[in-house]
Amino acid sequence: MTINPKAKLEETQDGTVVYNFDPLIVKSHYEIDYVHSYAQDSEFFKALGRKEILGSKCKKCGYIYATPRGHCMECGSETEWYKLPNEGKIHAYTTCYFGGEAFLNETPFHLVLVEFEGVDSLFMSRIIGVDTEDLYIGMPIRAKFRRNLKLNPTDVYFVPKA
Amino acid sequence: MKNKGQDVYMISGGVTKFTKASPEADFRLRTKKAFDYALNDVGMTLKDIDGSVASYFSDHFQRQLMSGIMAQDYLGLTPKPSKRVEGGGATGGLSFQAGVEEVASGRMNTCVVYGFETMSHVNTWKGNEFIALASDTNFDYPIGGFYTGYYAMMATRHMHEFGTTVEQLAKVSVKNHGNALHNPYAQSPMKITVEDVRNSPMVSYPLTRLDVCAMSDGAAVAVLANEEKAFELCDNPVLIKGIGTGTDTMRLADRPHGKVILLPNESESDYKNLKYPGIHSFRAGRSAAKEAYLSAGITDPLEELDIVELHDAYTSSEIQTYEDLGLCKYGEGGHFVEEGKADLKGKVAVNPSGGLLACGHPVGATGIMQAVFMFWQLQRTIKKHFKDETLQINNAKRGLIHSHAGTGTYVTATVMEAVK
Ligand SMILES: [Zn+2]
Repeated sequence: MTINPKAKLEETQDGTVVYNFDPLIVKSHYEIDYVHSYAQDSEFFKALGRKEILGSKCKKCGYIYATPRGHCMECGSETEWYKLPNEGKIHAYTTCYFGGEAFLNETPFHLVLVEFEGVDSLFMSRIIGVDTEDLYIGMPIRAKFRRNLKLNPTDVYFVPKA
Repeated sequence: MKNKGQDVYMISGGVTKFTKASPEADFRLRTKKAFDYALNDVGMTLKDIDGSVASYFSDHFQRQLMSGIMAQDYLGLTPKPSKRVEGGGATGGLSFQAGVEEVASGRMNTCVVYGFETMSHVNTWKGNEFIALASDTNFDYPIGGFYTGYYAMMATRHMHEFGTTVEQLAKVSVKNHGNALHNPYAQSPMKITVEDVRNSPMVSYPLTRLDVCAMSDGAAVAVLANEEKAFELCDNPVLIKGIGTGTDTMRLADRPHGKVILLPNESESDYKNLKYPGIHSFRAGRSAAKEAYLSAGITDPLEELDIVELHDAYTSSEIQTYEDLGLCKYGEGGHFVEEGKADLKGKVAVNPSGGLLACGHPVGATGIMQAVFMFWQLQRTIKKHFKDETLQINNAKRGLIHSHAGTGTYVTATVMEAVK
């Protein structure tokens, strides 16, 4: 047991960044590392290292998804992995001159939704090697893959078909 | 709708002026100001309120979880029943409908729906990052992490599919910023031209800075009541005639390419070659409208609606939404605005308040703000609340408010009707 009326917090030199005094506005810092599991989507990310884009095909109704999902939205059944072609066409595009903070240093960049022959849904990706005025809907494009993986969907990207 | 329950009325509302940053008040005080305005307008006190719904979108913006209960206790509403409702950009519309359900079910005779968002505690680009976390973080966020980019892809597809032009998009911006010149609550009223819109900095092709709404600090409050309480507390309540809600896939890439969901005034032959919704249209918006029209008994929306306050976070989404709501056929949205049909004195006034583009978009407050402005329109009290009657739509009988979450994932449509 301790009873110490002279107890005192130790002073530190940390201080606080102040932006304004009236009202009082201060800096509040926050950062975190998540332990993120790709869970049932894991195979998609691993396959990018083999230069393969995996979609999903419904075992029951045959619907083919260009962006993978473990179960079919049409009928609720389980899907199986489905290897997508490495060539497709632009379904829609944009060029981003601004972005979320994490991506600001990559601007400007192009986003595309890719359609693949015989596949029922689309795939979102980036395209490089073109300017905005070169992009058009229906443009034939080809997938390329990073050699050193980041294990996120930017491991695959598209370029104009030669 | 299986059973509409009791009739529900809106009996009062309040809104704070939306601003880029209002550090002198926090979300509790802002909400309190809108709340007091609403209560004072009809002479209500705390004892007249049976419960509430809290409407706010993101815990990230302030790194404060359970903000709802902090507003609840600040307003003096504890220990009455309450809950938070959240659904991205549609948070306000969903919360408003949750309040309607509390009264329709008979659980509450009166329900207060309060909405707020404080977006100024992070910089704009961190804010955009937080908003982008409301997209699939495995597949979409890491590619670009930017909602304007997603909407821009929808816009390029709409242009491809229907021939919509960037000038038509710009006309929406000119109209809504112009309307807001007469709305004292609006964040960015502006008299601008199509050229100004096209010459402002490109954010994500084809959307420029003036095609996109701003982030805001703000709060809004709506008070709902059953028939008995409504006429006891308010001499000019507005009936909630029908509600509808629709959903669609989180990922744009997953949207199907099937058949159009038809409204009563459309037929299959209107859309022989259109694959729907693809990414050019909001299926959730169409589903919401269909349910709302069914419950409100509307078969010809353009003829039966006098005012629409819709979720124009982007000029392109206003054009897409005309079509979803059946104000015109799919593909005609660009011409609809170009021909002035959505003007203040057009066929149906769309966003007479200035919409999100000009009023701002403090997410959780936005859908409630639309309800408040619509309420004042249908009460014909715009002059009293705006100190300016320019925006009052004469003889307005029926209006629709429309709230919308990222790329059309959740969409609500609520039909409101004047009783006087
Ligand atoms: Zn299936």
